[in-house]
Amino acid sequence: MTASVVFFYAFAALAVVSALGMVLNLRNTVASAMSLVVTMVALAGIYVLLEAHIVAVFQIMVYAGAIIVLFLFVVMLLNLRTDAFSPGRQKLVKLAATLIAFVVLAELLRVLTTGLPEAQPLPEGYGGYAQVGVALYTDYVLLVEVSGLLLLAAIVGALILAKRDIG
Amino acid sequence: MVPLEHVIGLSAILFAIGILGVVVRRNLIVILMSIELMLNATNLAFVGFNRMWPVFGGEPSLDGQVFVLMVITVAAAEVAVGLGIVIALFRNRDSVDVEEASLLKW
Repeated sequence: MTASVVFFYAFAALAVVSALGMVLNLRNTVASAMSLVVTMVALAGIYVLLEAHIVAVFQIMVYAGAIIVLFLFVVMLLNLRTDAFSPGRQKLVKLAATLIAFVVLAELLRVLTTGLPEAQPLPEGYGGYAQVGVALYTDYVLLVEVSGLLLLAAIVGALILAKRDIG
Repeated sequence: MVPLEHVIGLSAILFAIGILGVVVRRNLIVILMSIELMLNATNLAFVGFNRMWPVFGGEPSLDGQVFVLMVITVAAAEVAVGLGIVIALFRNRDSVDVEEASLLKW
């Protein structure tokens, strides 16, 4: 068992535990967001182990740096430090929800992890900035342009939705 | 060498946890976070499968990693619009409980 395998299992355990902490923390929304940060950072570590360095950098920058900060900002803005809702959802619904999640998990594991081939050897420079950059600006240049348009639409949409008086 | 079946298995586990969060929780912000978790699970599967087949047709192929960058872009846009909706809902209903926003419910 090499060091990278040990690191992978450590990061995987951290990701699962903090994801469960995010979902099952019923008291504090800020704590949920902080648990999600831990999940994101653990996933970035796994991306490094899988030779996806640029994806790991973007994971930290965009998810841990921008998206979670946005979540925390909204939680603070709306002053939602406690998560106390009136009881309303029945135990039966929760049980059914858990059952749905387990069925999906079993099915995903069955479909995705059976009959996987061995990983092929890595070509030279795999996952480096140069190769990803060349792929983004040759084969996927249209996709890059469209995502720029999408971000513009999201900025305008978010502004209009969160504005105080519409019209 | 990281065991790739376990990478895909981890992605499935994180996706199921995300589903659990979306269905069980009533706090709209935590539901959005769970959706982010599900997007991250699919990202992990993309990266794992790309590591499994790094060469396609004799050429090095980074399609999986490029898709992950696009998914991150879409996730950022989704969070911006989603939190805008949360703020608008809070302004109208004074709550982020999804049970409060049931006007369109059949």
